[in-house]
Amino acid sequence: MVTKKRRLIGAGVIGISAIAALAIVGIVAAVTGTIVAGGWSTLSWEFLTAAPSEGMTAGGIFPAIVGTVFLVVMMSIAGVPIGTVTAIYLCEYAGTRSVLARGIRFAVNTLAGVPAIVFGLFGLGFFIQFVGGGIDRALTGGAELRWAQPNILWASLTMALLTLPVVIISVEEAIKTVPQDLRAASLALGATKWQTIRRVVIPNSLTGIMTGGILAVSRGAGEVAPILFTGAAYFLPHLPTALSDQFMELGYHIYIMSTQSTDVDATRGIQYATTLVLLLLTFLLNFSAIYLRSRIRARQQRS
Amino acid sequence: MTTGPLPLQPKISTSTLSVLYGAKAAVKNVSLDIPANKVTAFIGPSGCGKSTFLRSFNRMNDLIEGAHIEGSVRIDGVDIYDRGIDVVELRKRVGMIFQRSNPFPKSIYDNIAYGPRVNGIRDRKRLDEIVESALRRSAIWDEVKDDLGKSALALSGGQQQRLCIARALAVDPSVLLMDEPASALDPTATGKIEELIYELKDRYTIVIVTHNMQQAARVSDLTAFFYLGELVEFDETRKIFTAPSHRQTEEYITGRFG
Amino acid sequence: MRSAISRSVDPAFAQHLNTVSTMKQHQHEATRLLTRADLRKRTRPAEFIAETSITGIAFVSLAAIVMIFIFAFREAAPIFSQPDVAAGQVQAPIEEQETYGEEMVASAPESAAPGKESARTDRDAEEGATLENLLGSVWQPVSSVPKFGLLPLVVGSFKVTLLAILLAAPIGILAALFTASFAPRWSREVLKPTIEILAGFPSVVIGFFGLVTLATLLQSVFGYTYRLNAFVGGVAMSLAVIPIIYTVTEDALNAVPKYLTEASLALGATKWETALFVTLPAATPGVFAAVVLGFGRAFGETMIVLMVTGNAALLSPGIFEPVRTMSATIGSEMAEVVFGDTHYTVLFLIGAILFLFTFSLNAVAEIFVRKRLLRRFGGG
Repeated sequence: MVTKKRRLIGAGVIGISAIAALAIVGIVAAVTGTIVAGGWSTLSWEFLTAAPSEGMTAGGIFPAIVGTVFLVVMMSIAGVPIGTVTAIYLCEYAGTRSVLARGIRFAVNTLAGVPAIVFGLFGLGFFIQFVGGGIDRALTGGAELRWAQPNILWASLTMALLTLPVVIISVEEAIKTVPQDLRAASLALGATKWQTIRRVVIPNSLTGIMTGGILAVSRGAGEVAPILFTGAAYFLPHLPTALSDQFMELGYHIYIMSTQSTDVDATRGIQYATTLVLLLLTFLLNFSAIYLRSRIRARQQRS
Repeated sequence: MTTGPLPLQPKISTSTLSVLYGAKAAVKNVSLDIPANKVTAFIGPSGCGKSTFLRSFNRMNDLIEGAHIEGSVRIDGVDIYDRGIDVVELRKRVGMIFQRSNPFPKSIYDNIAYGPRVNGIRDRKRLDEIVESALRRSAIWDEVKDDLGKSALALSGGQQQRLCIARALAVDPSVLLMDEPASALDPTATGKIEELIYELKDRYTIVIVTHNMQQAARVSDLTAFFYLGELVEFDETRKIFTAPSHRQTEEYITGRFG
Repeated sequence: MRSAISRSVDPAFAQHLNTVSTMKQHQHEATRLLTRADLRKRTRPAEFIAETSITGIAFVSLAAIVMIFIFAFREAAPIFSQPDVAAGQVQAPIEEQETYGEEMVASAPESAAPGKESARTDRDAEEGATLENLLGSVWQPVSSVPKFGLLPLVVGSFKVTLLAILLAAPIGILAALFTASFAPRWSREVLKPTIEILAGFPSVVIGFFGLVTLATLLQSVFGYTYRLNAFVGGVAMSLAVIPIIYTVTEDALNAVPKYLTEASLALGATKWETALFVTLPAATPGVFAAVVLGFGRAFGETMIVLMVTGNAALLSPGIFEPVRTMSATIGSEMAEVVFGDTHYTVLFLIGAILFLFTFSLNAVAEIFVRKRLLRRFGGG
């Protein structure tokens, strides 16, 4: 018998949990809505293609967009191949008792939980001080400070490291969905292991590799902490032309404009619009990753 | 009971072969000679080790971690588990058809050409010839000759399995191992596969694992019955199915267990 | 040559085989025999190169990761190797830092106690980063007598993190319970992508939202003095933590075997009773892990706190006071320090502490999710 009291409590429990769920939807709607509402009127073609002007109180965000694109492209070039190959190693070459594989798995799990700011510290300590300093000493005897400074190269490499686990994990997931039957078919035909990987495994996990890349780019485009002191610049009169140049970046631009601008209130429109651009960018990336992943999962269920 | 040197070697010959997964033996101490250009069927209840035994002929068991063998397997007198043996070369000469048809998600043409290509054949004309002859030999040419560019996955189950046979033939093996090749197919498709097997034995030594006793009776010349990893009886198929000499064989064949 | 006659084949049959084989052999010239030469081991350079380079790159990626561990601590190391800290005491500061959270209250008065340590402090005043100094309650790294008291930063981090968890945990857990136990299909299909969107918000976007919208809104509701403070930080941070808590909790709830819930329903329990008294308790380890992971995420998050907590490194009791967290301190000060000096080293020390702390939290969560769930559900 379901008594009236039980039914009442039940309604309460379900109601409260539904409210919590609703709250999440509300939060997402509120954040998105606020930013769209605040940035829509400022957003224009000119805003996207012009450089900031009048002491960053007017103009557009073109250099920040370019800087962000440079950053994620260089980060992907450095990180995606290494992550992909590492995932191939883990899935295809490493035995269950491989020390290297276990080390990598442990490190990847650890890395995924390390705060982004710690990556920034690493970039500073390792890339700038250690590697950059080393290059400078080798080239000029340390007389000239060229590589031992924040720049787009070190920022990209730092970001590549941050996104390495993302790549490894999603490529691994994709490789695992390649049916064992296909590997067996290839090997039984007298294909070698590498031939099997190159002709069967990799072509069949391309979507997953792409997903990994996109997720990494999305993560990289959204993180600011690692580049705070490894290469992002407050303002640059020109676009980066060398690896040793600093660069402007969307997320960093939002941070700077909203906390350290000379006239925070006057530039609200710019801040909102920049945030909107970043948000649209990450939305686009995440949705394409989700779409690709759902295709992989569908394949996995079919086989 | 040595009868002196034989005029001809068996195609495949195992001697006290055991296949172990870790400490557990899936195949126990089996000695068996399989003649060339015959169809030999392995029957027995599931888990009796017949598939494992079959997979030891092209060393597919090597892919399972912890699997190893004791005893020996010889093909044309060559010990295939010898240190100096190249597994990749072995598998080119001992083809395998799997229980579930497993075409690559590529075109029909690319499926057949896969083996020749990994062997370094690039010449388009040569590949065309190989593809056509493999498809003809597996009796599927007439059905697919107009859609060689179509995805192999678009074919029916039975066609896919014959495609897989064609794919194996394209590497030109002398032995074909078939691991329950028709278990997932309907009777019509099964019939076609069986017909094909019959035609192929002129050129190939065929070993087929099957749980379907009618199938073994229909297609094979010789039948080996396995039980719990051991070889119980090996004889002419006709004899096994009419006058088995072991009680266990008889009980299995008459359907009392399995 | 050994006999072709096998154990269980009768001799007559073997004889027959041989004859038949011989006949066949004559009929079919096509029959090809394998020779040892066919099967001899080949050298395959491509194979070797592929395997070597793949393993090599895998090793590089491990090495890169290991480098992080090394360099996060390497730059902080000078603190522990100051000449007048005796070898035997070197370990002391590390231990104090790691367990700082729990022993915060206890260790502060301890360090103020006179004795050997305070005697050393006088000598080291200009050195800066002594144990005494690090345990102090004032963070003034750029004054004439720099003070590196970590206490306000640690307290700031805990304030914001705890507030975020207090908000995010109920919402995340209840929403997960709703999705797993009550939600109709259509609402689940709305909620899942919504969570993915929330998880995909860059933290700088959340920080911006907190700074321009939340801060004003909350101030008008609660009427406190400082527009940016620990409370606003906690609320904004909870937005970043909800997706983690939700996702991990939902996984744990879904991992509860069907037979448990079905048994409960069969016994006449209602849907909500089953959810509350069967599903949720069975998933407790997972829920706990979710909260721990959320805690780690909040503790290490930088951009949100950098933008909305007011960034005043002051020790204060209230939650409506501006604070400065450990991560925000690194973020805002690292760009301006001189490489290699004490301030730089102390910032790296803070980073190392963050690293160790979040690492331990993740390890704990991992143990709870893996071990406990496995034990409880026997491999599920």
